[in-house]
Amino acid sequence: MTDQYRGPGLFKRVGAHWVSYLFLLPFAGAFAVFTVLPVCISFVNSLTRYSMLEPPVFVGFDNYVRMFTDDEVFQLAMKNTIFLALIIGPGGYLASLLLAWMINTLPRSLRTVFVVVFYAPASVPGIYSIWKIIFSGDEYGLVNGFLKRWGFVTEPISFLYDPTKMMMVLIICQLWISMGIGFLSFVAGLKSIDRQYYEAAAVDGVKNRWQEAWFITLPMLKPQLLFGAIMAITGSFGISEVTVQLFGFPSTDYTVHTMANHLSDHFSIRYDVGYASSIATVMFCLMIGCNKLVNRLLGRVGR
Amino acid sequence: MLKQGNRRLARAALNAPRLFLRAAARRVRQFFGISLARSIGGDLATVLFLSFIAAFMALPLVYVFVNAFKPPDELFLFPPRFFVQNPTLENFSDFAALIENSWVPFSRYAFNSAFTTSAATAAHVVFASMAAYVLEKHRFPGRRLFFSVVILSLMFSSEVLFVPRMLVMNSIGWMDTYWAIIVPAAGMPIGLFLIKQFMASVPDSLLESAKIDGANEMYIFWNIVMPLIKPAWLTALIFCSQQIWNNTSGAPFIRAEQLKPIPQAMSRILDGGIGRWGSGAVVSLFMVSVPITVFIIAQANILDTMTASGLKE
Repeated sequence: MTDQYRGPGLFKRVGAHWVSYLFLLPFAGAFAVFTVLPVCISFVNSLTRYSMLEPPVFVGFDNYVRMFTDDEVFQLAMKNTIFLALIIGPGGYLASLLLAWMINTLPRSLRTVFVVVFYAPASVPGIYSIWKIIFSGDEYGLVNGFLKRWGFVTEPISFLYDPTKMMMVLIICQLWISMGIGFLSFVAGLKSIDRQYYEAAAVDGVKNRWQEAWFITLPMLKPQLLFGAIMAITGSFGISEVTVQLFGFPSTDYTVHTMANHLSDHFSIRYDVGYASSIATVMFCLMIGCNKLVNRLLGRVGR
Repeated sequence: MLKQGNRRLARAALNAPRLFLRAAARRVRQFFGISLARSIGGDLATVLFLSFIAAFMALPLVYVFVNAFKPPDELFLFPPRFFVQNPTLENFSDFAALIENSWVPFSRYAFNSAFTTSAATAAHVVFASMAAYVLEKHRFPGRRLFFSVVILSLMFSSEVLFVPRMLVMNSIGWMDTYWAIIVPAAGMPIGLFLIKQFMASVPDSLLESAKIDGANEMYIFWNIVMPLIKPAWLTALIFCSQQIWNNTSGAPFIRAEQLKPIPQAMSRILDGGIGRWGSGAVVSLFMVSVPITVFIIAQANILDTMTASGLKE
């Protein structure tokens, strides 16, 4: 252990910690081969023209140049994605935090029921299609039927094809499915806070639930808050299946076209792996930037 | 004098029920494990608010459930109806008949799903917890770098990774094996990140005293750390099992029919044409009910932890 403080000797230090590396090895092996290696290959792919049928051709930064100078749809998609991320990221995040916090005070059986129900939309695959029934553009859609019955409108509103309404519908649906793993981690994290702290705080003069939340709960929950933030970022940048299911592909005037949609389009429809990989790289950089920002904000919790 | 005494008595009499109520409320809250700095009105409002949202969030579960009981004419009804009018068990008997006559028995698909899901989830939970433990509690060179790579990898679109993963699978000859599903799942970065975030709450002094008592690392990990971070790995377990069960990423690596999991069998059932939609609804119900059962069991086991309680000096 003393080796640690004696300058270089990296080999000795690594050798002294062989047990730690042994613990890390099974995960690290699987992670390196099936996640890190593929990500690295994708970075390389983003510099090529590659159609999966022919071998890749190196083209330098052509894909990136094309994306930012020539591809108007991409620029629109980027604008949409950032807009959605700014609303759905914080919205879904705060909603999951608030609900998890409210659930936390309930007795166990009731808590389990609420957690299961809240997590359901995020866990049942392909379930967004029921929003098509709710927002259907004819009088049979639940919302249109309601609006017409009470005399708010005379003609049904085309929620799914009218560019002025689509964004709003998408935001509602996406918020509905945003109680995912981040929400679960908040629920579990709140349970991991020792009750002693609350009792001590009550003795020390914490009077209501708001003070308790700010001075005890949130600071203790910080590791989970960081986790939830990254999940919110990746979730809000990755929106793609929902838009295809609800609005079709491509959506009217590309109103709700996201970067992930654009990526799928080039990847699964046009087999342009190189271009799709470079879109993934741009998304990657945007998410890293968001993460930096969020970390700075979360640094202020409980102060 | 007398007047003042009376007034004091009256005040005490007025206060008695309030004090009694407050004491009773405190007992109730203690019984339910509710923390102290709370008002009853707030608790009631919380439950009402949550129930209101729950009604809205429960839609998908209710929908999958009622669909399985819809007769064919209601499944195809236009405009579609949310609730079932004439519930029937026909879909279930259709499905039973379909299972009996299928080329690859449905039980084989079910086995594939059950086996890959449980093996992958077990491997993921144990390996990710081991890695999270040393990353948080041991000071070895490279741990920060490794953890930042884990976080960065979460931000790369998994869709594009499909092509390089295919290349890797091909070159190590794992196409059409269970390994192709189990091993990538074992190394999923999300679980490690999640569990590592909870690892910070495990007190160092507890680990040190165990070490002084002569416990080895494996013993400390399995018998001290794992019970303390149960909420974390139960959450990872819920998430991982659902991912594998719904087969979101492993599908392209399995081409042999007898190795495919239920979601693929489902598409085969729906390929049978419109007449199979009823059976499809039953399969959907089955697909949803298994992870939800796992989920309920796991959630109910996430209890209050007493991490620091054992350490009072």
